[in-house]
Amino acid sequence: MLIKKPALLTESHTTPKQDFEKSRPLISASRRQFMAQSSTVMLVGGLAPSTLWAGNKIENYSKSKFSLKEKPTPYEYVTTYNNFYEFGTSKGDPAVRAHLLKTKPWSVTVEGEVGKPGVYDLEDILKRQQLEERIYRLRCVEAWSMVVPWIGFSLADLIKQMEPTSKAKYVEFTTLYDPEQMPGQNRRTLKWPYTEGLRMDEAMNPLTLMATGLYGEQMPNQNGAPLRLIVPWKYGFKSIKSIVKIRLIEQMPKTSWNESAKNEYGFYANVNPQVPHPRWSQSRERIIGASLFTPKRKTEMFNGYGEQVASMYKDMNLKTFF
Amino acid sequence: MAKKRLSRFQWGVIKTMVFVVCLLPFAVITWDALNDLLGADPIQTLHFRTGDWTLRFLLITLTMTPIQRLLKTPVPIRFRRMFGLFTFFYASLHLLVWLVLDQSFSLDNMIEDVPESPYIILGLAAYIMLMLLAVTSTAGMMRRLGRKWDSLHKLVYVIAIAGVVHFFWLTKLDYQEPIIYAIALSALLAFRWRKFKAMFSFSNG
Repeated sequence: MLIKKPALLTESHTTPKQDFEKSRPLISASRRQFMAQSSTVMLVGGLAPSTLWAGNKIENYSKSKFSLKEKPTPYEYVTTYNNFYEFGTSKGDPAVRAHLLKTKPWSVTVEGEVGKPGVYDLEDILKRQQLEERIYRLRCVEAWSMVVPWIGFSLADLIKQMEPTSKAKYVEFTTLYDPEQMPGQNRRTLKWPYTEGLRMDEAMNPLTLMATGLYGEQMPNQNGAPLRLIVPWKYGFKSIKSIVKIRLIEQMPKTSWNESAKNEYGFYANVNPQVPHPRWSQSRERIIGASLFTPKRKTEMFNGYGEQVASMYKDMNLKTFF
Repeated sequence: MAKKRLSRFQWGVIKTMVFVVCLLPFAVITWDALNDLLGADPIQTLHFRTGDWTLRFLLITLTMTPIQRLLKTPVPIRFRRMFGLFTFFYASLHLLVWLVLDQSFSLDNMIEDVPESPYIILGLAAYIMLMLLAVTSTAGMMRRLGRKWDSLHKLVYVIAIAGVVHFFWLTKLDYQEPIIYAIALSALLAFRWRKFKAMFSFSNG
């Protein structure tokens, strides 16, 4: 994999944005935009493996053994109830504004303690990955949860391809910074660009996913297209969206929410019902999409993924390293 | 202002109209709840909508005296109690949403949640004070309590501050909305600056 800017896919080839804006505010707008963008790619030809993308449907993915047996949260809620402050701080803002984000072409910068640094085209990265559907529970630090059928590939595979050096102890991820495409960045709510990080063993854990889609379709913009992280045993803010940079480093990276309130959002941010947020309890969670009288769900340690991840933290005081 | 005196009947009609308008937010919220229009996170939506209306009615109540002074008309004061009681009504709905939907009426849940959530403790304290004002809002109670009634009902300022702090305390990062309430409340408190000054110098002296 090497830096190849696809010369064919220039501005003039993509469908003009204004075509969609007229009939916009509904959810379907971004879906239409995706279909159009993907079909443009197919017309231009050969850039995306045509076996992978057909319309906005993703084909050729396997089902993961890590999937929950539960019924996923309805698509409508998964794509309209989003915390993505780059588009505004209300849950509905991302679905309304994320059409401004241009996800093709998309490149990812790989730097730091790696044998193969560079700027990679996302299409080139994807060609080498095995896509899987993984149905995970997403638990937000705000005490709600949803069940999402993500499609993506193992972060561990990607990191191995980067050839990490022995100094690589942490992975730092960065979201796109472009206030024109992400109007929420015009307000200084968080320090932009959004950054997140994982310890190397967390990044290499088989549960850690780089997601490119959900519900069998390409990732809707408001859910973090075209490439986002999913760390199911941690609070949702760790699962950074619209990633443009991956850096392997020796020191623990700074992370956005931790920078905004150190005593409230830790670096680890493991789901833990026994460690309350300083201002609210984490013992239960509201189930997104449930009826009004459905009781809240008891939050599970590590969001129910303890079997796969608890051993990574066995010598740590989780009240201190929250 | 208008010198023409309104009849008892006319006042009755006007008050009834205002009463019905005050019930409109409740009607809309109920309609949305019954028709599954509360969105992805219905409990949270209800928390916010009932909470917002509580604060709005509280601020409206506190606006009556300034309007009376500025326009030199006694009319607003005739509505002050009604708005105050609607504040209590929406606060009660807010509490009920928490009690029934959020906590499923479970004492175990509350014992776990309340100590971990300082904003809930403050909200409950504000509600108890508000309830005290609601039950002493009748003409009979006013007569019985005499001068004590005035002192007791000064609690409304404490309740208002507690309500806005409660909103700040539960907010994650974006304080835009609570700031708007804080500015409005500050203006209403500033209008009473002389009164507060007198109150405190009296109690100190």
